[in-house]
Amino acid sequence: MVEFSTASTHSGSLIASASHTMAVFAAGAPSLAHLSPLDIAVIAIYFVMVIWIGFYLKKRSNTSEEFFMAGREMTAWIAGLSFVSANLGSLELMGWAGSAYQYGILAAHWYWVGAIPAMLFLGIVMMPFYYVCKTHSVPGYLKMRFGMGASTVAAFSFAFMTVLMSGVNMFAMAEVMKVVLGWDLNFSIIVSSVAVAAYVALGGLRSAIFNEVLQFVLIWGGALLVPILGLVEAGGWNGLKAKIAHNIAAGAIPGGDYTHMWRSMGHFQDNPMGVHWTGIVFGLGFAISFGYWTTDFLVVQRVLAANSLRSARMAPIIGSFFKMAVPFIVILPGLLGLVVLQNSDGSLMKLVGENVVAANPGAGLHSYNEVLPLMLVRYCSPGLLGLGITALIAGFMSGMAGNVSAFSAVWTYDIYQPLINKKARDEHYVTVGRWATILGVIISIGTAYMVMSAKGIMDYVQALFSFFIAPLLGAVLMGMFWKGATKAAAFWGLLLGTLTSVGLFVWVKLDPSALRYVALSPYAKDLAEDMYRALWSFCVTFLVILVMSLFGTPRPVAELDGLVYGATKLPAEAPVPFYKNEWCWAGIAVAAFVGLQIMFW
Amino acid sequence: MDSLESTDISIWFFIGVLLTIYGAMILAYGLWELISGHMANVVLANLHAPVWWGALMLALGLFYGVRFRPGKQ
Repeated sequence: MVEFSTASTHSGSLIASASHTMAVFAAGAPSLAHLSPLDIAVIAIYFVMVIWIGFYLKKRSNTSEEFFMAGREMTAWIAGLSFVSANLGSLELMGWAGSAYQYGILAAHWYWVGAIPAMLFLGIVMMPFYYVCKTHSVPGYLKMRFGMGASTVAAFSFAFMTVLMSGVNMFAMAEVMKVVLGWDLNFSIIVSSVAVAAYVALGGLRSAIFNEVLQFVLIWGGALLVPILGLVEAGGWNGLKAKIAHNIAAGAIPGGDYTHMWRSMGHFQDNPMGVHWTGIVFGLGFAISFGYWTTDFLVVQRVLAANSLRSARMAPIIGSFFKMAVPFIVILPGLLGLVVLQNSDGSLMKLVGENVVAANPGAGLHSYNEVLPLMLVRYCSPGLLGLGITALIAGFMSGMAGNVSAFSAVWTYDIYQPLINKKARDEHYVTVGRWATILGVIISIGTAYMVMSAKGIMDYVQALFSFFIAPLLGAVLMGMFWKGATKAAAFWGLLLGTLTSVGLFVWVKLDPSALRYVALSPYAKDLAEDMYRALWSFCVTFLVILVMSLFGTPRPVAELDGLVYGATKLPAEAPVPFYKNEWCWAGIAVAAFVGLQIMFW
Repeated sequence: MDSLESTDISIWFFIGVLLTIYGAMILAYGLWELISGHMANVVLANLHAPVWWGALMLALGLFYGVRFRPGKQ
């Protein structure tokens, strides 16, 4: 195992004492990195800061509107950064850096075509309806539009999946900390979850949002140095491309086009991801991306907290610029890892899959997912390494806080209030929300330990989450843009779309050759299967709602004000200069998005 | 971006404080490394990243800390 030992500093005895204490609690296996007292101090200060914010904001979370919706007082910048940060988990950072090492710049599709069009659509087209109807959640919107049936299905599936996903991420993060720092799994799980539970239960959504903005800044501050120094070492972008070509020619890395995004998308077998451009555009770019960015309450909740309709529309647009930039700190380090990472003897380091690492214990192998920590350790001296590790921890905590704050709101507003206790006082619902936050964390911890005892569960839990995204998109879009969609059609569309997704998943599990039907090619791989499965389940939901509604009786148009396009009179907004107008910035975002596709065609 | 978020302390102030502390710590370490010659065993240590990265964070932190300090309208 390659280790870059970092020189210790002569800091004060307090820091040394804290370091010793953490070392005692976190004792574990040999690790990639050794933290100095300065690094430990950087991490400890971060924890103090997030708890301080939670305590400070407790006085601002006394009513349900304050606790669950942050008082709807967030500016466009705060809501926009929080919107992106809630999605920017550390596992995503490390996972996609590993994918970039494995597949090249194809991994950036998940940041560009897989996010930007949907974010802009949310801001420009959908946000007015979410915002004007004053819903507290996405299931809440379905309740207003279609009644309890579709809303209850969406609320239970979201609440259940959110805490399960949070637990899976918690376990995966603890494993990363074990590999990178040698920290004990229990230590990582307990410390991080207690911190998140404390600041979200204390300050509610406002605290979660404030911390997410803080974490977003830290993620950039801690991770940005890696691609900068990596490009210096590789000789710039052209140097990187030349070195990749040299390594391919020398047989040091597998052949393939690592620096172009669309050229190898003509056939499934032409690219290592085993995907086709139709899957990327319609499956990822529409069904998955629109499903996640426009109907997943985890991210939409941040935008609903905006202080005006204009801020709510601007927030996803602001977020889209930062989302477009994320590949610089995620994808680029993965690509740089292909040419700069070296073994202790100076030879090129070859990263491998998790299964190969597990099959060869003691061989000193590293997995693809470790490329980002390896790059951090390669360039970061004491203090900077602590900052990088803090960025990873911050990423994890922002994702978890997003999960539990969204769970708390959906549990209280969409399950507890309509089904258990309809007429309680406002303070009661705030108390329920605080306890729901703690309950969400406890269930997450339970899930983490469940996954620890049977890792095979992890794949199924992650797949479960994907089952609900595309059908929910179908129901929300049909409800928002078609006055004729009926209550019964939405319920059955949502249910049958979800069952379609589950059925296709089970079919391929039982008979892998079924992939040729589900993903349209025997050469398709897992990622392609996810894209097409989402597309088919969306289509089923769409068709069921369309056909059943044609034979049903729609609600009177007068009842759809604020909920449906064509039946809603949007409030007039005061004119603003062009540089503050959402259409102007959306246009710039589209131009930047198209420019990136052409640049890396 | 607005300076106040309807709370007594803006989030940008919290960010300023954290960046100032981190910037000062990392810059101090970088300067100690520069003066003492005890370089960390990392690639491109000759570029003294802790000095300029720490200075950048400190400058940004001070800007946000002062610009969004509590009580400033």
